[in-house]
Amino acid sequence: MSMQLDNGSRAGVIGGGPSGSLLAYFLLLFARRIGLDLAVDIFEPRDFTKAGPVGCNMCGGVVSESLVQALAAEGINLPPEVVKRGIDSYVLHMDVGTVRIDTPRHEMRIAAVYRGAGPKGMSDTGWRSFDGYLLELAKGLGAQVINSRVDSVTWDNGRPRINVRGGFSQDYDLLGVAVGVNTAALKLFEEMGIGYKSPKTTNTYISELRWGQDLVEKHLGSSMHVFLLNIPRLEFAALIPKGEYVTLCLLGHDIDGPLIRSFLEAPPVRECFPLDWTQPEEFCHCSPRISISGAAHPFADRVVFVGDSGITRLYKDGIGAAYRTAKPAARTAIFRGVAADDFRRYFWPACRAIASDNSFGKVVFAVTRQIQQRRYARRGVLRMVSREQRARNRNPRMSMVLWDTFTGSAPYQDIFMRAIRPFFLGRLMLDVASAVVAPGKGTG
Amino acid sequence: MHIRALGKVYEDGATVVRQGEMGDCMFVIQSGKMEVVREDEGKETRLSVLGSGDVFGEMALFDRQPRSATVRALGQARALTVDKKTFLRRVHEDPSLAFRILENMSKRIRSLDGELAQLRSSLGQPDNNRT
Ligand SMILES: Cc1cc2nc3c(=O)[nH]c(=O)nc-3n(C[C@H](O)[C@H](O)[C@H](O)COP(=O)(O)OP(=O)(O)OC[C@H]3O[C@@H](n4cnc5c(N)ncnc54)[C@H](O)[C@@H]3O)c2cc1C
Repeated sequence: MSMQLDNGSRAGVIGGGPSGSLLAYFLLLFARRIGLDLAVDIFEPRDFTKAGPVGCNMCGGVVSESLVQALAAEGINLPPEVVKRGIDSYVLHMDVGTVRIDTPRHEMRIAAVYRGAGPKGMSDTGWRSFDGYLLELAKGLGAQVINSRVDSVTWDNGRPRINVRGGFSQDYDLLGVAVGVNTAALKLFEEMGIGYKSPKTTNTYISELRWGQDLVEKHLGSSMHVFLLNIPRLEFAALIPKGEYVTLCLLGHDIDGPLIRSFLEAPPVRECFPLDWTQPEEFCHCSPRISISGAAHPFADRVVFVGDSGITRLYKDGIGAAYRTAKPAARTAIFRGVAADDFRRYFWPACRAIASDNSFGKVVFAVTRQIQQRRYARRGVLRMVSREQRARNRNPRMSMVLWDTFTGSAPYQDIFMRAIRPFFLGRLMLDVASAVVAPGKGTG
Repeated sequence: MHIRALGKVYEDGATVVRQGEMGDCMFVIQSGKMEVVREDEGKETRLSVLGSGDVFGEMALFDRQPRSATVRALGQARALTVDKKTFLRRVHEDPSLAFRILENMSKRIRSLDGELAQLRSSLGQPDNNRT
């Protein structure tokens, strides 16, 4: 049986989040470029036009600078109806002070989006869901969207068969799995007999705070606010402005109630919040799982796993990783073939590149954790960044290292290599030493 | 609406790139219009008007030559930059990312071909260079 996609072949994509939509989009785009007649079905039960959890793929909704640029180079320009807020800077909050870091080009190059139609009860309706927008792009190239949850996947004469509730089932020449990690469906694939094992995950926390447009502008402006606090198990915390709402996003290890409370009570966080604002009884919040390792065997004959259900970037730019896995999967399927060996040779290197970069990411986050735990180190960092920002330094080394770490704009390896340069380390040592000797000076 | 859009706003007449300057990025127009003008011996010639989704300045990503023309906003417009470093790093991983840019350049060469042919015929010269 041919392991190539031919005229009349069918691809089935399970999941219409970013990785599924982009897989379908690139399959159809490449097929069109070589004149191949390919049918693509996307199975997605969510309705991205509905507010609240039913239409939402739970995430901070920050589309990184590097992804915004890559999409623009692909001809995909995120329209204003999809961008809830353009972000041009971030503000780093620590117990020892606060500093604002601007994008190198003073330009809105990060997009704050809602994955679905926004939090429940949202009054502003003149905009669209990010996931819905990508799904429409795939539809625009001819993908069919089947608004159903996939119940099982079986084999039929060496071809994967997708079965949904209500009796619909169809054989495919290629099965793209893009179900993310927040679904029980992962078990289906572990039971397919292809050696697939889903990624390890941990709990996170997201909530939507309705401050109102004016307070959001006044307190957060066009900056993402990130917090470097000495709270055990907390790796990263951010407040992301989105119109009348602010998304609070906490990442780390098994984020739970006590951790959320100690974060909200930390003085640097309280200073960021409007004085008389109180959380209403009912508000949109969730505890989605985030992937912290890659899946085992994310491909087989006629099967490929993209996005979170395959591999993602550690803590940052998961949507970027969805793009970076979906595109090579589509390229392999169209130009090389759909055999396991094709995916091993042409798709797997893209996954490996993400995995090896994640090893550098682990080191970067371990160092960040050390800084988080040492007051003098936090002071040293603050001194270095403050000086760079005040002097409008042409080469703001620490600012860029922090920018890229917090926004997910550059590979971890790149950040790591910049951070071990002798000049960088020397400068940081000097600033840490001054912070130890004269703790009150030169901060904030 | 401006807080929701990506890129940077250029007011009417603002110069986005200047002919002769070195560049390290390309631009993608997000909204509005921009004109491309060539300055020769103090005289300006408008080469084209670009709109939303159009790309310019891409030659700077591939060569180290100064900008070949000036681009200015026609009315208020917004453009997003794509850095040379970010772009080339991605192209290294995924050469097909350059496809759109090539498509854009090939469109431009086609239209230049057409204009050259017209110019030649209006000057009464035979078109003997084309293949
Ligand atoms: C707290 C948190 C914050 C994050 N913040 C960011 C951020 O700011 N920026 C960023 O880039 N990334 C962020 N991420 C990561 C990002 O959310 C993921 O990397 C991204 O969503 C992966 O996309 P995906 O398409 O692979 O999976 P998902 O987005 O999870 O999409 C999977 C889709 O599959 C569908 N599906 C599931 N089961 C079935 C089934 N049986 N049948 C049919 N369809 C099914 C689901 O309905 C869903 O639409 C964050 C993650 C977490 C947990």
